[in-house]
Amino acid sequence: MNKKHATISRPHLSLDAPSSSGEAVGVALAPRGEGAIGRERRPSSDVHLAAINLHKTYHKGRTAIPVLRGADVKVRRGELLAIVGQSGSGKTTLLHLMGLLDAPASGEVRFGGNRVDNLPSRQRDRIRNGKISMIFQFYHLLPELTTLENVLSPRMIRDGVLSYMRHRRQHRADAAHLVELVGLKHRVDHRPRELSGGEMQRAAIARALVNQPEVLLADEPTGNLDRGTGNEILKLLRTLNRQEGLTIVMVTHDDSIAAQADRIVRLADGRVVAA
Amino acid sequence: MYKLLLCWRYLRTRWIALASIVSVTLGVATMIVVNAVMDGFTTEMQDRIHGILSDVVVESRNMEGFYDPDWHLARIREVAGDRIEAATVTVTVPALLNFQYRGTTVTRPVQLIGIDEAAGGMASEFAKYLQHSDNRRQMSFALHESGYDVADPTGGAEALVRPQLADAGWTHRRRWGSLFNHQRYVEEQQQKLDQQQLEPRQTVEPPPMQAPPAQPGETPSTDGSENFGTPEGTPGGSAADGAPADSQSEADAPPGAQVTAAEPAAATAQATAEPAADPFGAPAAAPHRFDPESEQATGCILGMGLSSYRVENGREHFLVVPGDDIKLTFPTVGQPPRAISDVFTIVDFYQSKMSEYDQSFVFVPLRKLQELRGMIEPRTGVGFASSIQIKLKNEADGDLVRDTLQATFPPELYVISTWRDKQGPLLAAVAMETAILNVLLFMIIAVAGFGILAIFFMIVVEKTRDIGILKSLGASGRGVLGIFLGYGLSLGIVGSGVGMIIGLLFVVYINEIAAGLGRVTGREVFDPQIYYFSRIPTIIEPLTVGWIVLGAIAIAVMASVLPARRASRLHPVEALRYE
Repeated sequence: MNKKHATISRPHLSLDAPSSSGEAVGVALAPRGEGAIGRERRPSSDVHLAAINLHKTYHKGRTAIPVLRGADVKVRRGELLAIVGQSGSGKTTLLHLMGLLDAPASGEVRFGGNRVDNLPSRQRDRIRNGKISMIFQFYHLLPELTTLENVLSPRMIRDGVLSYMRHRRQHRADAAHLVELVGLKHRVDHRPRELSGGEMQRAAIARALVNQPEVLLADEPTGNLDRGTGNEILKLLRTLNRQEGLTIVMVTHDDSIAAQADRIVRLADGRVVAA
Repeated sequence: MYKLLLCWRYLRTRWIALASIVSVTLGVATMIVVNAVMDGFTTEMQDRIHGILSDVVVESRNMEGFYDPDWHLARIREVAGDRIEAATVTVTVPALLNFQYRGTTVTRPVQLIGIDEAAGGMASEFAKYLQHSDNRRQMSFALHESGYDVADPTGGAEALVRPQLADAGWTHRRRWGSLFNHQRYVEEQQQKLDQQQLEPRQTVEPPPMQAPPAQPGETPSTDGSENFGTPEGTPGGSAADGAPADSQSEADAPPGAQVTAAEPAAATAQATAEPAADPFGAPAAAPHRFDPESEQATGCILGMGLSSYRVENGREHFLVVPGDDIKLTFPTVGQPPRAISDVFTIVDFYQSKMSEYDQSFVFVPLRKLQELRGMIEPRTGVGFASSIQIKLKNEADGDLVRDTLQATFPPELYVISTWRDKQGPLLAAVAMETAILNVLLFMIIAVAGFGILAIFFMIVVEKTRDIGILKSLGASGRGVLGIFLGYGLSLGIVGSGVGMIIGLLFVVYINEIAAGLGRVTGREVFDPQIYYFSRIPTIIEPLTVGWIVLGAIAIAVMASVLPARRASRLHPVEALRYE
């Protein structure tokens, strides 16, 4: 529902021409604009996304199940962070809280130095739409839409009908570029059910990138794929991280995948434990 | 934007939802058809009801009527002249019509209306319904030579054909005239016998009996439309229907022959019949014998329903045609009223297609009726009249004129009513019928709304994960609400749009459809003979259609509100986890 956006098309993502400037974690990253949230940037901070003392309890009937019990995670700008842990350790919940899909019982989520978990829902929607995007184990593409339309959907959500239609060609060109980037050029007009798992995940990644987010949260991105396909997806994420400076937080229970990350955070019983 | 795209995609992929709006479609189509037909019938009926009635009628409360109608006319013009186009005086009196048909006497109760032919009759569309084209232009009580419309003049392309009217008029009258002459002679003999028998009751001197009654033989009847009334236009100072004992034996001769009051002795040979002249005036110096082959009695105009009845194949069977004579019996204005009767020649029929009117009204010349009933003041020549018919200017409000006149003419003496007042209960009943039908049909659409509600809940459940996805992509709750409201809206538009098209097509081709149904079922769906319609009348009221379509769309949207709210409140995490 975001009717206005300061910039409609920023420079395209490109794997070939990374714009780089060395920073903390040794990853090439172009400093990104603050964009729509318009919060004052704290240049001193290199923490991009932070979960501070998060608590979350789920209720199943009358029994309360505490999932997070004071989780603390700091994601640095431009790093590829893996969160590992056993099933039920709260890693997916943590990711949802960091992705503003859910609200913590207590604690804070900070994005670019500003607390975001208590923002009005409208602003949180905007952050989800344009700043922090997510990919999932089960891809979660919209079955009625083609690959290209799925990739375009965040743009459609961001813009009103009129402004979308005005820049329709630009949007389609951006999306087509992304589809090509993730290697799905031959699947542009296919529906999700006509795609393989790896292709669906690639489409989901392209969708996550279409609004030029700063952070990509990946929830078991390879969990439903065979090892070879999973590795290709991982390679794609790695490339995005390296060449685009995209901050990526990846949840996985597979240590071999986590091993390819810059840093690993281990979660057990809702708390971060020593890796 | 995503809302539009998703609505569109859902519309094209969720056929189950389209099934749910079939009932909306049918409801809309039915409502459009019913309203068009009801409007058509109502308008047609109002036209017919209004037909020969004038816009406003000022009536006397008693049978004698009011004195000096000209003064009343002047007064009416004075009070409401700016809104009145025409006004005319009439005399209305209940009467009995009888004529002979194939040896039996046909008697009908009628409403006898005396109209002023110079003033155009009824100050209404009356002339339009006459069957002779000259009469439609300028009404006259003179019998025409021929030329009565064989095809129903108001029937359009599929007008009813009436071959029996082909030779109506003088042609018909001359053909039967010789027979009349013979008949008349027989009746005269019988009449004199009757008068002698009834002598004590006579008000005038009865003529002496001079001839024995004759017994006529079987009357030839070839085309079934003959009439053997005795055409004699003399007034009722003589014996009226005073021969109950003898009429049985001579069914062909209604006991209505009269003799001139002034010249009873001459009645044996001559009877005066001068329809154009004044029979009350001085009797003809040389009373001549009424010759039905060349003379007519006072003209009268009969309703089609009085002169004919319908037979099996939809044709009409005429008992009398223009040129035949009939007899009318009605009360005088004296105290107590006496019944008098006189012979009239049918000069035309009218057919307003309002069977209530067509079966009861008989029109005769006003002056003649006033004379016969004794409504003319002998010294001044000023008459009485029982009502004044007023035709209003187009834009004038009938109720307003009625109220204005009511203030002038005291309600103790006058009844003032518009044509709507006269048929108020009927019009109200039709309006009520339409309203109830609309309510019921709209309930059908409302029921369809619950179907949409149920199916939408189903779709929301089915789409739970997609809703979660949209929210994870940054769609707001309102956005998701918008998707489902938009979906309901587009379903409503599609459903009622298709319904509107079906309904309008049905209305346009309703006669073809009725005919087709008739062929398939072997049973006529719409019998034009019952309703006097050759085609089903329909009127498409764009405003009504608009309201129906809007109402249906509103119901579809309202039915999608609850599921859409549910969708918008789904928690993204739970929705994503939903399998």
